[in-house]
Amino acid sequence: MRSYWSITLATLAKDIRLEWRSKDALNAMLFFSLLVVVIFVFSFDPLAEESRHIAGGLIWVAFLFATVVALNQTWARELRNQVLDAYRVSPAPATALFLAKALGNFILVSLLEALMAPLFVIFYNLRVLGPAWQLIPVALLGTWALVVNGTFFAAMSVRTRSRELMLPLLLFPVSIPAVLGMVAATTNILTGENSAHFYIVLLLTYDVVFTTACIGLFDTVLQAE
Amino acid sequence: MNSASAVKFLYAAYIATWVVHASYIGSLVRRYSRLRRQMKDMGK
Amino acid sequence: MKKAFPILAVLTALFLAYAFYQAMFIAPTDALQGDVYRIIFYHVPSAWTAFLLFFINFIASVQYLASAKPSSARAAKWIVIAVGIIGVVVPFLPQVQQWLNTIGMYPSSAATTALMIPAAYFLVGKYFLGQDLDVLAVTAAEVGVVFCTIVLITGPIWARPVWGIWWAPGDIRLTSTLVLWLIYVSYLVLRHFSDGAQTQKLAAVLAVFGALDIPLVYFSIWFFRTQHPQPVIGGGGSMDPRMLHVLLISWMAFLCFAFLVCWARFQLEKLRREVEEAEALESLLEPGGSAGQTSKGKVLSRGRQ
Repeated sequence: MRSYWSITLATLAKDIRLEWRSKDALNAMLFFSLLVVVIFVFSFDPLAEESRHIAGGLIWVAFLFATVVALNQTWARELRNQVLDAYRVSPAPATALFLAKALGNFILVSLLEALMAPLFVIFYNLRVLGPAWQLIPVALLGTWALVVNGTFFAAMSVRTRSRELMLPLLLFPVSIPAVLGMVAATTNILTGENSAHFYIVLLLTYDVVFTTACIGLFDTVLQAE
Repeated sequence: MNSASAVKFLYAAYIATWVVHASYIGSLVRRYSRLRRQMKDMGK
Repeated sequence: MKKAFPILAVLTALFLAYAFYQAMFIAPTDALQGDVYRIIFYHVPSAWTAFLLFFINFIASVQYLASAKPSSARAAKWIVIAVGIIGVVVPFLPQVQQWLNTIGMYPSSAATTALMIPAAYFLVGKYFLGQDLDVLAVTAAEVGVVFCTIVLITGPIWARPVWGIWWAPGDIRLTSTLVLWLIYVSYLVLRHFSDGAQTQKLAAVLAVFGALDIPLVYFSIWFFRTQHPQPVIGGGGSMDPRMLHVLLISWMAFLCFAFLVCWARFQLEKLRREVEEAEALESLLEPGGSAGQTSKGKVLSRGRQ
């Protein structure tokens, strides 16, 4: 019986291979992320005095949209190949599969963010006035917060009508404290006006609470039929 | 805002409350009668 | 209960009328706000009722999930007892007492509130078994959303004349209530859009997620407030005891009203499930035609309600 982590990593590796093979979906998502940035640039004047104050919000809203698109994509593929049913009957612990899915989504979304963030910096001429290194934990914790719940709710919405609409409907309300944290932390770091410390702790708490909840309840969701 | 015109908001709030409650109870009544009709149709 | 309903409805209507009379004519006029403050007699009781109903939904959801297996039911029981014991002991620790003083709460009220959790858990578990738990959950959620909607409508209506603005993003109570409303609306949407027996389990899981989320919402907004200037809200502090008296009367009246509405919704839901089962049975027993099809599809499709 293979160990828990080896199952997780093996599933993750398979997902990455599959994603890499269907590169057109990946390219389409990258292009979508670029489009979102451009739309924001046209909607919110980058030359304005306050651009540094609103950039945090804009960046994370853009990331949020990219996350939803990415999550819908990855689950669509699973559904087409009836992978979910295979998961249900496999002897592997359901939570290992959940973690693999979440990690895969995390990597995908981070890739999209890695494209979008420099674009924002360029278009909005962003200079970080606060401690720039703090942006890394904010980005990691914030992305994980969106992805862990997103993966979970995507699994929940898989058998509902209007599945693609269901995911953001379920994800957004629950993500509000995390979004507030990410945006406030990013804004504080960019403007250097306040400390982002509390928000980083908030994000960490959020991640711990919801990762535990997702792992604890994923089996229930998977078996609920 | 002086007291006199502020009272309009008081009335608005109370009316809004009961409009919401009435709408909800109305929807319960409507759903109930639809179910009753369904049951009667099935009974045939 | 069914026979008592009309009498109870009339009594409740009278009680509400009495509460209205008290709110409009007996409660003294506020020195700062004038008469518009009387919105409080609808706004606050609706909020307390909504929170109570959402709490009941949470308890019912946890019970429903726990009842799936005897081991999880036992574990849940012990966790709830532990929460109760901790909740009674912790408020009396000196450090915690100090912190409670800063937010104006007595340790005994904190302990009593904590005791509500196991009390509600066991009461609900005793009187609602199996499917009834899920019926209770959806009832409490729906009626809770109705009351929560009223809170969100009366809140800004009250804020506009008093603060000059409809909405203050740092208003921690109203913003937390908005998020709570969003979570429960998404709960109802999930129930509406999903087919089949798993709806109930999924919805219960969502309710648990929502409950975990709320403290985080509260703290995130609380801290946000400290970093951003907030509109000056005149007044605050303790309430005139006569106003408090009327507030409690109003709350009692709305609780009775909420109870009756919940009862009606509960019966409606049970009837709907009966009709659905009867329809499914009928389509299974039909000679030729549908019996040849997969019955699973028909059994699992739920009517829109």
